[in-house]
Amino acid sequence: MLLIECPYCGPRDETEYHYGGEAHVPYPEDPFELSDREWAEYLFYRNNPKGLLKERWVHTVGCRRWFNVVRDTASYEITAVYRMGENAPQPGGQ
Amino acid sequence: MAETPTTDLTALRRSPLESLAEAMREGSVTGPRAVALREIPFLAMAGIRVTPGTDAARALCDVVGLELPERVGRVTGSPEATALLWQGPDEYLLVAPDETEVPAGLHERELEPGALPSLSTHPLVARLSSALAASGERGQVVDLSANRTTLELTGPAAREVLEKGCPLDLHPREFAVGEAVSTTLGPVQVLLWRTGEERWRVMPRASFARYTALWLLDAMLEFASPAVA
Repeated sequence: MLLIECPYCGPRDETEYHYGGEAHVPYPEDPFELSDREWAEYLFYRNNPKGLLKERWVHTVGCRRWFNVVRDTASYEITAVYRMGENAPQPGGQ
Repeated sequence: MAETPTTDLTALRRSPLESLAEAMREGSVTGPRAVALREIPFLAMAGIRVTPGTDAARALCDVVGLELPERVGRVTGSPEATALLWQGPDEYLLVAPDETEVPAGLHERELEPGALPSLSTHPLVARLSSALAASGERGQVVDLSANRTTLELTGPAAREVLEKGCPLDLHPREFAVGEAVSTTLGPVQVLLWRTGEERWRVMPRASFARYTALWLLDAMLEFASPAVA
């Protein structure tokens, strides 16, 4: 069980959240310009690193807000939590 | 007006747990590990979305006569009268005593869309809608009275009953009297509001109310017997 710190509600159990996939995947400026291949890559292709991944979570049963989490996909350690619209904290610095 | 419409809506409504009232009375436990369950039906509730610090927020606070709660867990006002519960950084839940009044003009035919600021039958909620509209700022006031019902769990064993199915730390050092949070009880999303040292309000959505009440009754059963050492 992960203990995730909601930026608004504080630490809560993983069961209170839902996962939203990788964060910072920008919507294409003009989707009609995209080829089928590019559109498919926007929809379905994601980074799959062994290590730190920026991802989105939503506090479904609490404040219902989306926010970002930096999580190590191997150790499950959460190294940062930040709000929507904010930039990810740089590792090692604030 | 050709016919006089019904104005006493309270005669028509049914609370979600009406059929379980007797089961909850019988399921309440006495003795050293007492715990009792009952429904507080028909509390008025309104969802308020407004950015704190704006004119709209001040206008709404003036109407309710309370400040907005500042952060998670916080509640302003009192459970017996009117209270504002923190739901999110710009989202609040108003809980107020039942009061039903059909808005004037609702029965007029040929009503223009938007002619009434609110279709709520609660006078306070209607006043809030008018105040928000007059402020000219963005926000939301929605009557949610039928969304959730309120269960009240009381007694020395009440916290132990809740701890069987709630992931939060309910010990007083973490969960003070007067606080309210959104969380889960068993699999059900509820608002949990500690209104006294041994008094809790559990507010599930109406369609989950029966399940939640039966879950609580089952959880209370063991407290009729002495604790197993």
